[in-house]
Amino acid sequence: MAPHDLRRPFKRPLISDQEKRRQQSLLRQAQNRRDAQNHARFLASTALSLEQPHELEPEPVSAPELHDELIPDSEAPESPKELDVVEASKLKGAEARKWFAKQLMHPEWMIDIPENLSQDWFVFARPSGKRCFVVSCNGTTISRLRNGSILHRFPSELPNGARRKDSSGPAQSYSILDCIFHEVDQTYYVIDMVCWRGYSLYDCAAEFRFFWLNSKLAETGACEPPSHYHKYRFSLVPVYCCDQSGLCAAYTGSVPYVKDGLLFYNKHAHYQTGITPLALVWKDENCSQYVMDTDSKGQVPNHQQVVLELQEGGKLCTSDDPPVVFGCLDGGFMHESELHSGCLVRFAIGEGGLVLVDGKLEKADLNYLGKANRARASADSFSKVMFQYSVRHSPLRIDDLLGSVNSAADESNKVCDIEMDG
Amino acid sequence: MAMEVTQILLNAQAVDGALRKQAEENLKQFQEQNLPSFLYSLAGELANDEKPAESRKLAGLILKNALDAKEQHRKIELVQRWLSLDPTLKAQIKALLLRTLSSPSVDARSTVSQVIAKVAGIELPHKQWPELIGSLLSNVHQLPAPTRQATLETLGYICEEVSPDVVDQDHVNKILTAVVQGMNSTEENNDVRLAAVRALYNALGFAQANFSNDMERDYIMRIVCETTLSPDVKIRRAAFECLVAISSTYYEKLAPYIQDIFNITAKAVKEDEEQVALQAIEFWSSICDEEIDILEEYGGDFSADSDIPCFYFIKQALSFLVPMLLETLLKQDEDQDQDEGAWNIAMAGGTCLGLVARTVGDDIVPLVMPFIQENISKPDWRQREAATYAFGSILEGPSPEKLEPLVTMALNFMLTALMKDPSNHVKDTTAWTLGRMFEFLHGTALDTPIITPANCQQIVTVLIQSMKDVPNVAEKACGALYFLAQGYEDAGSASSPLTPYFQDIVQALLTVTHREDAVESRLRTAAYEALNEVVRCSNDETAPMVVQLAPLIMLELHNTLENQKVSSDERQNELQGLLCGCLQVIIQKLGSSEPTKYHFMQYADQIMALFLKVFASRSATAHEEAMLAIGALAYATGPDFAKYMTEFYKYLEMGLQNFEDYQVCAITVGVVGDVCRALEEKILPYCDGIMTQLLKDLSSNQLHRSVKPPIFSCFGDIALAIGENFEKYLLYAMPMLQSAAELSAHTSGADDDMTEYTNSLRNGILEAYSGIFQGFKGSPKTQLLMPYAPHVLQFLDSLYMEKDMDDVVTKTAIGVLGDLADTLGSSAGPLIQQSVSSKDFLKECLSSDDHLIKESAEWAKLAISRAISF
Repeated sequence: MAPHDLRRPFKRPLISDQEKRRQQSLLRQAQNRRDAQNHARFLASTALSLEQPHELEPEPVSAPELHDELIPDSEAPESPKELDVVEASKLKGAEARKWFAKQLMHPEWMIDIPENLSQDWFVFARPSGKRCFVVSCNGTTISRLRNGSILHRFPSELPNGARRKDSSGPAQSYSILDCIFHEVDQTYYVIDMVCWRGYSLYDCAAEFRFFWLNSKLAETGACEPPSHYHKYRFSLVPVYCCDQSGLCAAYTGSVPYVKDGLLFYNKHAHYQTGITPLALVWKDENCSQYVMDTDSKGQVPNHQQVVLELQEGGKLCTSDDPPVVFGCLDGGFMHESELHSGCLVRFAIGEGGLVLVDGKLEKADLNYLGKANRARASADSFSKVMFQYSVRHSPLRIDDLLGSVNSAADESNKVCDIEMDG
Repeated sequence: MAMEVTQILLNAQAVDGALRKQAEENLKQFQEQNLPSFLYSLAGELANDEKPAESRKLAGLILKNALDAKEQHRKIELVQRWLSLDPTLKAQIKALLLRTLSSPSVDARSTVSQVIAKVAGIELPHKQWPELIGSLLSNVHQLPAPTRQATLETLGYICEEVSPDVVDQDHVNKILTAVVQGMNSTEENNDVRLAAVRALYNALGFAQANFSNDMERDYIMRIVCETTLSPDVKIRRAAFECLVAISSTYYEKLAPYIQDIFNITAKAVKEDEEQVALQAIEFWSSICDEEIDILEEYGGDFSADSDIPCFYFIKQALSFLVPMLLETLLKQDEDQDQDEGAWNIAMAGGTCLGLVARTVGDDIVPLVMPFIQENISKPDWRQREAATYAFGSILEGPSPEKLEPLVTMALNFMLTALMKDPSNHVKDTTAWTLGRMFEFLHGTALDTPIITPANCQQIVTVLIQSMKDVPNVAEKACGALYFLAQGYEDAGSASSPLTPYFQDIVQALLTVTHREDAVESRLRTAAYEALNEVVRCSNDETAPMVVQLAPLIMLELHNTLENQKVSSDERQNELQGLLCGCLQVIIQKLGSSEPTKYHFMQYADQIMALFLKVFASRSATAHEEAMLAIGALAYATGPDFAKYMTEFYKYLEMGLQNFEDYQVCAITVGVVGDVCRALEEKILPYCDGIMTQLLKDLSSNQLHRSVKPPIFSCFGDIALAIGENFEKYLLYAMPMLQSAAELSAHTSGADDDMTEYTNSLRNGILEAYSGIFQGFKGSPKTQLLMPYAPHVLQFLDSLYMEKDMDDVVTKTAIGVLGDLADTLGSSAGPLIQQSVSSKDFLKECLSSDDHLIKESAEWAKLAISRAISF
């Protein structure tokens, strides 16, 4: 029943560094546990393989993109096979180029109209410019072209995109946007969101990715005009449901950028690196300056030209997986022209044209022109060849597209908000 | 048998060791063979006035120990054992005990009052012995004084023993009436009065209802105040102790009496004996404690609510209180700075002054400054010391704006005094005051720094010089350096004004640790603490010097381990603890950046070997420090830590088995997490052993409960490290998690401590689920987790419904929802969509202001939309 000892440690405050050490250890452990959890949550599903089967060039050799292809990366050292984005963001130089070159999703060319276009697809006007991958992390923002080379290194309002004290969240969490850099107004038009603040969106449906993109990008201030900490403006692209009014809006609607065709994205498709039939590109003269391929002088050649890869046994193949065989060279000719397996060879399509039976290539009239430009990384894809062919012979017109969405369904004729209530 | 007991009890206190041992053995046998008879014999012995005082006293003591124990699990056993005894026998024992209260032997009376309280402590909560209070009080007035005293003491002990809710108000009223009457000045016997005052002290907690009744409260307060004027010093002191207890228990009822109490305490502080004056000062310190708490709850925002309103007693009494306290500062003892346990009126007065400053803030400054100016340069050391002490005391509380000009002005004076003052007392207090200046008015957060590159050199030079002074002064100088360094802890890698002196400071501190008198005044400890803080605030420029420090500290540790082979003592162990602590800080600092980590890793093997040797010593403190350091080392080393595992494992297991020093156990559990993250799947060979031990720990009722939440979190760490290999532990871990989850889902009626504990338990359980789900992600065995999903979702739902999660639990809980969806994918889609958590809870979290909660919620939303979109 003794009252408490009333001595108070005032002039001798026990600093108790031991208690401090204990507390700091606990804090460190809690932080490490959080890091481990975050790592497990966000990254395991982001693991991307370096071993993509093919390097593809599905887009036209359009003027603004010509110099993209001039940087060969054949000297790149052997990279590790499996890397996730965080590890990849630590890569330097050639390795980084090689890795990033394979991370973009590339649309096939639209050679026929998919079913349920109005139900299952989005459409938007593709801005003309340089396609790039924008990564913001650790206080800087880096944009890389399709071949992995750096376009800009700059501060931005993207998460961790600039060195600023007030940024919230872990500095090493990264964000990755799929963009097109539009020279005229020096703006990055964001066409897809791949990672956001460390959250991977690779295996999310396009519907969700666009929703997330729309709701998150504006929050950051990245869409504001340039400032000291924000060198380039980012901008969203209006995305429509591919019904009649959506398609019309994308085709004729006015946008602040120069259009280069229309892109169609399947709503349910994940972000798939490499070429995919679940994203499609379509062009005509009204919505693109670059409908037909040009040569190195920017002229449209009289005959359509194709680049094919010479494979074992003289087979001439497209870059698709599996490849489409366009013909065969005989050994004598190969020897004579110093061609060997793996060469990229340029041909003109002759008067005989391309003969298809049931959608399959039956015969191609190919005239040898020579080896392809050294900067070319790969052969043309089948869809590209076919689209270029159809442009010259019987193009797929906007009216055909409108007709297909009209006949399919006319119940929804409004621009639909892409909104999910997950 | 009863005849024999007396002799055995006497023999048990014999000088002859053999005889004593025999007697102890006999007692043990007797107890084991026939407990009821044993207890009855002891009660009989205690009650029998014919028996020798020694045997009666020991009988009472053994009886008491048969009813209560310190260790919780033992205590529960004893309670059950008593409850299961034959009621008739217990009635007989209790009758003997009550009879003993009237014994002429003072020892017997005082022993039995404690035994009665222990029995009451068991029986009253079980609604047994209802007649106890009545029979104690039935004829208290007519009893002879010694019995009255014993009865009042018994009431006091009972009040200490049982919780207020098991005594009905009628009995409380009777107890208080008897006690207050016993305190009344009409009671002529001082022993009875003293017993009554002490009983009131214990009974105050029972008097809620009585303190709410104005008349009864007035009466109690009047008697207590009157009792402070008793001619007997012990009674006066006990009465002030009651006032101190009332100040914290019934703060909100004090307003009508505060003026009278001020007069009483002022008189006591001025005139009364020190033991009484100390209690009088404590009354005001205690009022400060209350008001600081209340104002903290207001949080500076007066619209916010606190359960108890602030009456601003300190603010109102300020102009009288401060002079009274300043007066006490001049009453120092000559040797108070050398004696670590010293406590006197000057120290209590300064302490109270510091609390007053924290309570009222700026208002205290003008009341204290004249005293300081008046005394600071006087020839008498008492005046100089008192003035310095006053200044140091008021440095916490007032605003930096108010203090900065004063401190800037005083700084030079203090530095000179620390060098030149002839009095050790003055130097001691001066160094302490400098430490307080640095603690409260220096740091990167303050607008106008009192320390600049210009005066930094002088400060460091003086402190280093002062470290060569007598131990108590040197210890304070080390403390001042600690706070000087701490001010730069948040400066990051930027250069600090301390950088140029880094090497000198480290050298000076190491020299202090080698002083022969370093064990006095905890000087060595203070030097290592300061060294740790200096290491913590090192930056890119000074990091190479920290790298060089590592082998020096390792050598010291090596030397103590060598010395230990010759002789081992407490000091040696303490030193090992300090050295391991210092190494831990070095490892954590150097391990936190890649370049320094690279340089440090050259020492990793040697350092680990040293830590393993420390485990050979028997000191819990050294173990704890070594274990913490190993955790930091594992984190820094990463997967290479695997090479130490074969040797380290046995100590890891030992740590997990250490129930007694539960801190060691808790820290070891944390280190298991570190090792899991370092080794990842390489931990697998050790997991059987670790999991077995952790599961044992969880099932033990001996282990302190605070270790259980980290054990659950540790399950998560293991699962995350070994992934689907956790499969074989699911069968054991999941039911444990499940039953713990059910227990922790509801907190209704629990007090704050319990709610806090429950939340930490929930967090541990949720972290376990998180780790397990994430660990299995992408494995072909994810479906093994499906059967547990409904329960996990139910747990989340019930946590959400309960609405008493703290932010940490909320964040972890919403994360688990995401982990479940992420790992189980579409097969859990329908389950998830049925849960409340995936809707309302998620929605709330998405709009949370807490950044971490929001982040987790967005992740969960993403994972869920993936799971249900397939």
